[in-house]
Amino acid sequence: MKIKTKPYGEIEVDEHQRIRFPEGIIGFEGILNYFLLDSREGPFYWLQSEEYPELAFLIMDPRIFRKDYEIEVKVSDLDALNLKSKDDLLDFAIVTVPEDHSKISANLMGPILINRRTRTAKQVISENDSYGVKHYILEEMKKKKAVLRETG
Amino acid sequence: MLVLTRKRNESIMIGDSVEVSVIEVKGDQVKLGIKAPRDIKVHRKEVYLAIQKENIDASKLSIDRIGDIGGFFEKKKKTSEHPPHKKKHSE
Repeated sequence: MKIKTKPYGEIEVDEHQRIRFPEGIIGFEGILNYFLLDSREGPFYWLQSEEYPELAFLIMDPRIFRKDYEIEVKVSDLDALNLKSKDDLLDFAIVTVPEDHSKISANLMGPILINRRTRTAKQVISENDSYGVKHYILEEMKKKKAVLRETG
Repeated sequence: MLVLTRKRNESIMIGDSVEVSVIEVKGDQVKLGIKAPRDIKVHRKEVYLAIQKENIDASKLSIDRIGDIGGFFEKKKKTSEHPPHKKKHSE
């Protein structure tokens, strides 16, 4: 089927790319249907709203810049997604790109969890207080490299 | 807004299923205990608002900004991480 997307205009998508958020995304509660798209740039994906072409979130695997990132959420959040096995769980962080690109950041406090078997998703709130809504990706990658240089 | 005064170890009920009790009062900090069914979300308000604001900021992304950000990352993602094109579970 064809849908209109924010990043690429009208494109062909597969039904398997459909992701449903029964509760919506925080701040976008009424919008339940998205498609997960591959991005053409870098290690990203898009969550594209089906109904609103202008609404799309850039998302990424947070382990790209935080290898040690761990999901800590309430059991009720996993229950809401009907997650039976860890293998069914996918998690992403929403990415914010401001005017100054070097300040690109990822939200590790409100990760997106997807049950890839049922393709239902939910934005959850991390139980780990050390994660914030704005982790500057490039800065944290640089820090990691500096540490590697010192130890290696 | 309903305003109630409670002492330590006293609680209030919200409906039949939510109980909020005062565990400890220290200076301007109050420790609350909340008993609620699993389907009722309980969050600190500022956390919820911070995520909401960040989501709204993220949604304002303009596409012409995207062009060069891919260059910040050396590694191409692993294809195994690509979820939606995974095989159907019926296969």
